[in-house]
Amino acid sequence: MEPEEQTPETPIEQEEQAPQTPVVQQEPIAEPPVEPDEEAPETPPTPDSEELRIGVFVCHCGTNIGGFVDVPAVVEYVKTLPNVAFARDNLYTCAEDGLTAIRDAIKEHKLNRVIVASCTPRTHAPLFQGVCEEAGLNKYLFEFANIREQCSWVHMKEKEDATRKAKDLIKSSVSKAALLVPQEEMKVDVVPRSLVIGGGVAGLSAALSVARQGFDVHLVEKEGVLGGFTRNLNSLSLGDKSAEDTIKPLIEHVQAHENITVHLNSQVESVSGFIGNFDTTIVTNGSSKEVKVGTIIVATGALEYIPEGLYGYGMYDNVVTLTEFEILCKSGKLPKIKNVAFIQCVGSRGQDKSYCSRICCVISIKNALYITENFAEIMGEEGAERVEVDVSVPEISSRRRRRRRMVSAEGEAAPGPAPTGGPEITIFNRDVTTYGADHEVYYNKAREKRIRFVRYTTDNLPKVTQEGDKLVVNYYHETLKTERKLQADMVVLATPLIAPPDAADLSKKLKIPIGRDGFFLEAHMKLRPIDFATDGIFVCGTARGPADITESVAQGLGTASRAAIPMARGFIQAEAILAQVDPEICTGCGTCEANCPYGAIRLSDDGVAEVLAAACKGCGCCGATCPEKAIQMMNYTDDQLLAQGRSILQGAM
Amino acid sequence: MSTDVLVIGGGIAGIQASLDIADKGGKVYLVEKTPSIGGRMAQLDKTFPTNDCSICILAPKMADCYGHPNIDVLTYSEVVGVDGEAGKFKVKVLRKARYVDETKCTGCEECVAKCPQKVPNEFDQGLGERKVIYMPFAQAVPRVVTIDKENCTWFIKEKCGACKILCEREAVDFDQKDEEVVLDVGSIIVAIGYDIWDPTPASEYGYGKYPNVFTGMEYERMINASGPTGGEMKRRSDGERPHKLAFIQCVGSRNPQLGHAYCCSVCCMFSTKEAMLAREHHDDIDSTIFYKDLRAFGKGFFEYVERAKNDYGVRYINSDATVQENPENNNPIVVYDVAGRPEKEEFDMVVLATTLVPRPDAIKIAEMLGIPLTEFKFFESKDRILAPMDTVREGVYLAGYCREPMDIPEAVAEASAAAARAVETVLAKGVTG
Repeated sequence: MEPEEQTPETPIEQEEQAPQTPVVQQEPIAEPPVEPDEEAPETPPTPDSEELRIGVFVCHCGTNIGGFVDVPAVVEYVKTLPNVAFARDNLYTCAEDGLTAIRDAIKEHKLNRVIVASCTPRTHAPLFQGVCEEAGLNKYLFEFANIREQCSWVHMKEKEDATRKAKDLIKSSVSKAALLVPQEEMKVDVVPRSLVIGGGVAGLSAALSVARQGFDVHLVEKEGVLGGFTRNLNSLSLGDKSAEDTIKPLIEHVQAHENITVHLNSQVESVSGFIGNFDTTIVTNGSSKEVKVGTIIVATGALEYIPEGLYGYGMYDNVVTLTEFEILCKSGKLPKIKNVAFIQCVGSRGQDKSYCSRICCVISIKNALYITENFAEIMGEEGAERVEVDVSVPEISSRRRRRRRMVSAEGEAAPGPAPTGGPEITIFNRDVTTYGADHEVYYNKAREKRIRFVRYTTDNLPKVTQEGDKLVVNYYHETLKTERKLQADMVVLATPLIAPPDAADLSKKLKIPIGRDGFFLEAHMKLRPIDFATDGIFVCGTARGPADITESVAQGLGTASRAAIPMARGFIQAEAILAQVDPEICTGCGTCEANCPYGAIRLSDDGVAEVLAAACKGCGCCGATCPEKAIQMMNYTDDQLLAQGRSILQGAM
Repeated sequence: MSTDVLVIGGGIAGIQASLDIADKGGKVYLVEKTPSIGGRMAQLDKTFPTNDCSICILAPKMADCYGHPNIDVLTYSEVVGVDGEAGKFKVKVLRKARYVDETKCTGCEECVAKCPQKVPNEFDQGLGERKVIYMPFAQAVPRVVTIDKENCTWFIKEKCGACKILCEREAVDFDQKDEEVVLDVGSIIVAIGYDIWDPTPASEYGYGKYPNVFTGMEYERMINASGPTGGEMKRRSDGERPHKLAFIQCVGSRNPQLGHAYCCSVCCMFSTKEAMLAREHHDDIDSTIFYKDLRAFGKGFFEYVERAKNDYGVRYINSDATVQENPENNNPIVVYDVAGRPEKEEFDMVVLATTLVPRPDAIKIAEMLGIPLTEFKFFESKDRILAPMDTVREGVYLAGYCREPMDIPEAVAEASAAAARAVETVLAKGVTG
């Protein structure tokens, strides 16, 4: 598909609604589920104002609880508590007979609150809530008391105290259960369309997979062409294939897919809304277009760090960065070089940047191998005559628009190594970080090709000077404990990938966090590596941190899977445990908005806080920080929690 | 045509792939060889670079996976045959008899308590013992016991049967038979993970010869609160706890002579973590890490190493290292070199970062699926740059360590990626018929 044409007369077009999406949006936001009456905690209202009838099921969990807690005694005690209409024990409440007992008791004893005293809600609450619903009881009228992890398991040597604690825990749950009110869960439709920001390899992979999974995609690329950072590169692997040819099929598939709309020369100007219903504005050459999407994938990539003032960069033309070296190779402007020094970790690993940039070692090695394999071509017939880098190569000249410092040559040139047949390549490194199988294969191959690897430490950084018309790398030989010199026709600096400056801007627009390294910060380092904490927004490729092409592709596909989940389902079922604002008390100070990790609460036009129900996770940050106590968490209201707490304290008297 | 997906391997990659597909409404069969899902991550004590408790962050995913209405978890099962093509694979799965009725067992483990027979516990790398009727580990999913037929007295000489007599729910069934089921699936994801290389053949490290030389995974189990020593580090020779630890990197890896000419990708970081955890257990433990190249290349990894050096006193020495022993006290002696000069230093425990290798099953599974392995016996991607998840066989996808050495977050991302490709395929095949 060709990039969309602009219609200058109508700068703002409304994206047509997807046919199958009657989107629920304003209603739940404006009118969050209302608690019937907050002022009457003593006798909390039930749906039909019937009397409270609490049923309590105390679990033995085999011997897990029963071996340390006197369960029958606990049951007898529970029967004496106010509002408890029924109590019994079960060997295993979670086994089918235990579940049947709950179902039957709800009907037989007309229970309108159910408490299970057993294990952890994390694994078992959904099971028991489901049983309540089957028996016609709203699932928010269920309450869990954990007498295993929080009692029997930690008091195995104190059976009497364990029994007393189990009683107290259940009593506090009974106090809370008396105040529970039914809640309705809200369903929000999801627009089956993704916005992918960034047309590099990660964004292209993500867009294509989302499209192939049956959803529309708007792919926004700020440059006039697709391909991203890869367009700078000469090759992506050893062999003849250029980087451009390698990724060409991917670009063609994206352009040809009917579900994908490509916006070149475009930026995302604004984003509002929440998972399932993001309103976005895409600006292309000054004209805007509004697009409603259900999910967003961030694939904005990274830039190469420019080593201003380091190792003679900016002073000597033949000191170039890794990417500049690739540009020279790609454009056929590589000068005749025989002795080449690569310096790794320039500006990274605890220097200007704290992190290791992951991929520079393998890229330096790949380029070193490129020189060895194409040496005849690079040197031509004239032999070892050195030529200066042609900085008129447009990509390089644009990088080098900076003040040049004048330098005076220092010292005298030492005799270089005796000329031999092949190139002399040295890679100065701190640790050769060719991790995994694929990268290590390159390292082993480089050593076979007699590429030299010289280790340096940060106590003795190499220095690059010019002596006569030769570059000289002065370094400290760690094994021989001596200063050495190495003549080089060219010095290539491996600098880290860094987050682009506009990442901060996007971070604000999407309310997505940035880590200390400047890259976007995922929801969880281990298990949610490509999700953001904010639902419906995902991150892949070098926008997340340094990654090689394979990793960027995998992450791009990964985000396509993650983004497709809510779209395939078609709706979001928001749990009813939400923040609720009392507009009469709220002063509109905005503390809640600043503290919400999910971008789920904001100041409305009326100057009071409003909750975006679909985005709210019920974490309680807003409620805890609200100076006016204007925010309550449904199902965890102050009244409910205080009742629970007081009841425990009474037991302690 | 089937739109169902088969996932082979119930580690973190297989679990994540299954969840991604099932959450989209796709039906998944997750086949796991051992009695519980969880994989290697369930064995780890903590995870770098956040030192999160590994099982604590994994267990909810295991529960989500097992409880998911769209996921059929087949544990203690193996894929034994694959026919057909993308969109219509026929997969034969052997459901091994566990001699316990999964639907009746509640995991109360009263049978385990009564079982008189003990064997080394593979989950604890053989450091502790388990019963012959056993729960693989405390957080196992499903929470069902299994009888290890090879070692059970009932199967050897028709005696005992204590578990059967005791079980009130009558879940023990000595007559249970292996069962073969055929699954119709549209695509297949291979996520079988890795194995841990036994360093005994590399005698220069003294593993198996000197009692106080351990592997990294043994150490992980030992420092784990639910492990065989209840979280205490204990020397094999005298049960004393160590005060001076040495970690040796690249044991068997980056070593063409041993056939493992690759880097395991995770050992620099897990040894760093293990050294930090030693100090967290006892603040008088000093740790030294002997490394070839310190590969701290993931998000926050280099900073983690800096923290290990500065806040945990971990010493890093750039050298190859081998192990000897002081016969008087069974203290391992690490032999290394500084600037070409040989050095020796005595420690009271050595932990080897042994290479992580493809599972032996990989060969069989690759043959069954008709897909190639790399020179190192990892599964080969169709195109390492643009289609890393794909194999040469349409409809068969790869995820995680069985494809290429990688850490947990990368395996999770790849699992989602493979899920995307598997779903693309079943959708496309569903449309074209």
